[in-house]
Amino acid sequence: MKQYAYYPGCSLESLAKDYQLSTKEVARALDLELKEIEDWNCCGATAYFPVDEMLAYTLVARNLAIAEKTGLTDFVAPCSACFKNAYYTNAYLKKDPDLAEHINFALEEDHLHVDGKLNVRHLIEVILEDVGLEEIKTKAVHPLKGLRVAPYYGCQLLRPRKDHENVENPRFFEELLSAIGAEPLEYSSKARCCGASLIITNRRAALEMVRILLKDAIDHEADVIATTCPMCNVNLEVYQNQVNQEFGTQYSIPVMYFTQLMGMALNIPSRRLGITKEPVPKAQVPVPS
Amino acid sequence: MAVELSFSKEIANMMYATHGNPITNCLQCGTCSGTCPAAEFMDHTPRVMIGMIGADLKDEVLASNTYWTCASCYHCTVRCPAGIDIADMMYALKRYSMWKSRYKEDLIGPDFSEGFVKMIVNSGKSFEPILATTYLPKFSASQLVQEALTATGLVLKGKMPLLPKKIKRLKNFQRMVKRIIPLGGSS
Repeated sequence: MKQYAYYPGCSLESLAKDYQLSTKEVARALDLELKEIEDWNCCGATAYFPVDEMLAYTLVARNLAIAEKTGLTDFVAPCSACFKNAYYTNAYLKKDPDLAEHINFALEEDHLHVDGKLNVRHLIEVILEDVGLEEIKTKAVHPLKGLRVAPYYGCQLLRPRKDHENVENPRFFEELLSAIGAEPLEYSSKARCCGASLIITNRRAALEMVRILLKDAIDHEADVIATTCPMCNVNLEVYQNQVNQEFGTQYSIPVMYFTQLMGMALNIPSRRLGITKEPVPKAQVPVPS
Repeated sequence: MAVELSFSKEIANMMYATHGNPITNCLQCGTCSGTCPAAEFMDHTPRVMIGMIGADLKDEVLASNTYWTCASCYHCTVRCPAGIDIADMMYALKRYSMWKSRYKEDLIGPDFSEGFVKMIVNSGKSFEPILATTYLPKFSASQLVQEALTATGLVLKGKMPLLPKKIKRLKNFQRMVKRIIPLGGSS
């Protein structure tokens, strides 16, 4: 069984407990051993870089150093914002010896040292690359037949570009949804921003950004929106009521983590995935005559 | 003899660590503004902002809400034909305005970021209810009611934590932070 240094991030202990539950269940079912690193700290999200860049890198570097100490090679984050911060900090540390030296001077206070030698990966990449579509298909004993899912990539999973991958029209989320028997739908705003922390700092702007995403998914007759990030999930799910109030709409669409949908397909009971209400394909709901 | 830097050079220096091309490479093509999902809420679009920096319009830049309206989605960055990391430029402008303590009065972003940093330095982790105290004072009455309803919903669903978490080696963590920025006991 392959082992990974697992960094859940703050959201998975609070607003995204259901992401944490479903991640652990799905990992177990797919024979991925996620070993949570000890005494990790907040990655700084997007709110730290406006204050001090070096400190923002140092916070992330502490988590990377703790993970390096375990001897494991792969650092896995289920939150897209945590993933982006860890990915770039790791890359910059490897590339810039001056930055590494400065940060290691600070890390001495916690008896840590960082080299930037980890493979930093998002959970969805690990599942796609290390388990693979064929194995997922085999294990999906309860395929989500007829369920129309809007794959929502969001931002930090894709951008900025890490290598030469397709950031304009990625397909990997669709492929994963097909592998669990669902019907991934095509809609143009799959990688458009959800507004992230603007939901606090500029509510009107964020609600408009959320409205556009909800409208696009609903116009394309989605039964459910699937996400890979706690921030996206909260903005799209929790703020639907505020969108309806602000714009006079009547949107009501379930928003689920991709791990919850995978868990359903892997035949894991809903309550162990943090699912309170299972999405039902609209096509199967009888229309009242 | 020390030379006083122009505003555009100061911003260029703040972007020294970013990995894109210098903002002087800007073609003024407007791809960033056309791409930005928040542009309609900005006083100046990203393209105009870059032009203003190049023209050394420091006071106008510092009075703009543009960079505090950036959600850091990096869509502009990956599309810029001149290879400028525009989202990181927005971060640099946020840092510059925090450093100078000059920003538009009604903005929540600067208080939010500062509150976030203090919260992390005090506990090592983020915790929504403490964070809320940094921005709720700026909310209008109707926003407060909506926010309270949303928060109550989250608590009822068991999603809102009621007790803050702290990392175990907090003392080491705080000493680590002080090696980067001497906080002078202000934390």
